[in-house]
Amino acid sequence: MSEKKTKLFEKGEEFLEMFRQGQEFTQDLLKENERLRYRVVQLEETLKSGPNPSAGSPTDNSQYLELSRKVAIYEEKIQDLAGKLSEVEEENIDFARRYVDVEEQNNNLANLYVASFQLHSTLDYEEVLQIILEIIINLIGAEDFAVFLLDEKTNQLIPAGSEGVGLEEISPIAMGEGIIGSAAQEKTSYFNEMPPSTRDELFKDPLVCIPLLIKDELIGVITLYKLLQQKVKFAPVDFELFTLLAGHAATAIFSARLYSESRRKLTTYQGFLDLLSQK
Amino acid sequence: MAALKFLVIEDSPTMRQLIRFALNRIPKAEVIEASDGVDGLKKLSSNEVDLILTDINMPIMDGLKLVSLVRGNDSYKDIPIVIITTEGAREDRERAMALGADAYITKPIQSTNLLSTVKELLKI
Repeated sequence: MSEKKTKLFEKGEEFLEMFRQGQEFTQDLLKENERLRYRVVQLEETLKSGPNPSAGSPTDNSQYLELSRKVAIYEEKIQDLAGKLSEVEEENIDFARRYVDVEEQNNNLANLYVASFQLHSTLDYEEVLQIILEIIINLIGAEDFAVFLLDEKTNQLIPAGSEGVGLEEISPIAMGEGIIGSAAQEKTSYFNEMPPSTRDELFKDPLVCIPLLIKDELIGVITLYKLLQQKVKFAPVDFELFTLLAGHAATAIFSARLYSESRRKLTTYQGFLDLLSQK
Repeated sequence: MAALKFLVIEDSPTMRQLIRFALNRIPKAEVIEASDGVDGLKKLSSNEVDLILTDINMPIMDGLKLVSLVRGNDSYKDIPIVIITTEGAREDRERAMALGADAYITKPIQSTNLLSTVKELLKI
């Protein structure tokens, strides 16, 4: 009986040992489970902060994060620079446009200066007339045109100079007669957008009539009948030249006439004085 | 840059002054003026000219005659010639170019156009 008890006790001891071992194993499993759960949480956090291609160590991750931050900064800078570049390009276009404008203004001013300078460069009536013709041909670009001067005695506009049309082809015009006479009488410029188609119409309906005025006094009229082949339409500077001609050509003609008249009178008076002194 | 001598042959003083105005925008430009073809040839013989600018319609000797004489002379045949004229027809341009002109500009001139033509011919 005691032998049986001893064997039973031994078996019980074996069972107890097995339970202890099972308890230890279960505890180990629980610990490992806890460690793995902790690792999963760590990995989830890493994934949330961005993909990590190297899936490396924490050092790699921090480098990756630093690089990502720098890339973001540089991308922002690139966008900023692109914006500035487009601003500069716009400014360049604006400067180029302004340069073209300034060049055009420069060209126009040179034309006006030269025209004005030449008109007042002489007191010889024929030369003044020639300069007016030159300005109209070279600076405005007219092919057929005429300059009429007012004859105060007959109140008629008498052709004094022309280009492209013979002076004998052009008849004197009474003040108020037709477009040219009316422009002269009203002392207002006339511009015709549609060029005349026939030669007869040319004289009746010119392209341009510019009254030559000193203040309110009419000296004559410039009429343009036809432009040069290459001159399609008037440029803004042409209207400036018309205005300049209206005033400066009138003054130049008036001065030249006055000068030649006074020269003639001076010669006459000088002749008289010589005669008187001889007596 | 060495001084550049331009010979402007034009009977109109107004045009001469306008061309001079434009050319003076080139640094160290020196402009010599002549009023017709004969005067132009005379000035050409007494100056070392870099470029000739000439009108066509002029008294005594016209621009086309001048171009053919310049091109026929070994001493001047390489000098670039720019025609500045009122003649805008295609055949006039072709005739001038055939005689040896290097550029053809019609009046009224734009100084920017004139300057760019001159600079292109002189490669400046």
